[in-house]
Amino acid sequence: MTARHRLGAGPKLAGLAVASVALLAVDSPQGVAVAVAVVLALHGAARLGPRAVWSHVRPLRWFLPCLLAVQWWLVGPSDAVVLCARLAALVALAGLVTATTSTTAILDALRRGLRPLDRWVDAERAALVLTLALRSLPVLGDLVERVRNAQRARGRERDLRAAAVPLVVGTLRRADALGEALRARGADD
Amino acid sequence: MSPGPAPIVLDDVHVRREGRHVLRGVSLRLTERRVAVVGANGSGKSTLARLLNGLVLPTSGRVHVDGLDTRRHGARVRRRVGFVFTDPDAQIVMPTVAEDVAYSLRRRGLSRDEVDARVAHELERHGLAGHADHPAHLLSGGQKQLLALSSVLVTEPALVVADEPTTLLDLRHTRTVARRLATLDQQVVLVTHDLDLVADYDRVLVVDEGRVVVDDGPEPAVAAYRELMA
Ligand SMILES: Nc1ncnc2c1ncn2[C@@H]1O[C@H](COP(=O)(O)OP(=O)(O)OP(=O)(O)O)[C@@H](O)[C@H]1O
Ligand SMILES: [Mg+2]
Repeated sequence: MTARHRLGAGPKLAGLAVASVALLAVDSPQGVAVAVAVVLALHGAARLGPRAVWSHVRPLRWFLPCLLAVQWWLVGPSDAVVLCARLAALVALAGLVTATTSTTAILDALRRGLRPLDRWVDAERAALVLTLALRSLPVLGDLVERVRNAQRARGRERDLRAAAVPLVVGTLRRADALGEALRARGADD
Repeated sequence: MSPGPAPIVLDDVHVRREGRHVLRGVSLRLTERRVAVVGANGSGKSTLARLLNGLVLPTSGRVHVDGLDTRRHGARVRRRVGFVFTDPDAQIVMPTVAEDVAYSLRRRGLSRDEVDARVAHELERHGLAGHADHPAHLLSGGQKQLLALSSVLVTEPALVVADEPTTLLDLRHTRTVARRLATLDQQVVLVTHDLDLVADYDRVLVVDEGRVVVDDGPEPAVAAYRELMA
């Protein structure tokens, strides 16, 4: 347990929000370099190495180079690098917060944060929906993988329509099963 | 804690779903500690299992668990009945292992420490203690089913209903799960296609086309089932 881990989810989420807004205001190469260094240092403080940093920005690995190329062409190299580094720093920071905070803690913080809005939002439900979404992502990822393999086995690599049907059916079935499991576990009661 | 068998009573139960007559007049009184249900695909086993915790309600007839009508007291029935599904991915609703078990204990008026202690104990029993904070999707299929079982057992239900809990598992995990079910204090109703698992059961029901056609000890019931499918 490092200091990053111990810090409450609420302060961390608030810090993330503040940092996001602050990062938007940073538009000099020096400023961005400092921001990137701070994010790396925070990873270090949480005892997370380069591999963790990479795992946090990995989702951007295709998108970022494209963005960089387009921006380079549109606004020139220096602004393009600033913009992309800013985005990478932000995503890495968000990754750091989620990696050092349990889902339960994040959800508790959200629930507390939503409490003032009690009259308009059912905080309990909102938190549950978010959790279920988090849990469903890997399950749907598995489904995509299975469908792709099945298509491949039948030599239909690129047939989008043939893949769409089992995906939609599978997703709906997952939704049904989840609803049933929640009822069985007393979510409605 | 060793809850005695909660009597399960089905009284002339019919279930129609989308025009199909899925169960056709089932009357049962289950008091044995180990009851198994076998039968062909589509014969109505899952529907029968889901009647026991009120996930499916009879179109006509009545189901009572521990004296409670599943139609009128669904919530109270579900507190007494733990349900294990075939696909653990369908059953695990929280992103990490310990959180999923803890989810079963919410709104039970337990303190944080108490919840943590019970979750830890349950994970320990299923050899999952080392995975407490891991994402559930990183577990193997067998470990996922053990997690699903932990999340059911942590609430200490009086009755455990399991719908083909071993169908997706390898031999070793099938044995682990079957042994776990066999050693429970609770009453167990197990739906399965694995006839090896029912040998030690007190009572075996064979379901065919929406009816219970055989109701006997494991040996004669399995023999009759084989005959029926021949
Ligand atoms: N929600 C539903 N809507 C329409 N038909 C249904 C529904 N649920 C079940 N059925 C039908 O009822 C019949 C019995 O289904 P059930 O799932 O109980 O069978 P099962 O014995 O569990 O089969 P399996 O061994 O394949 O799991 C099947 O023909 C099925 O198609
Ligand atoms: Mg079934």
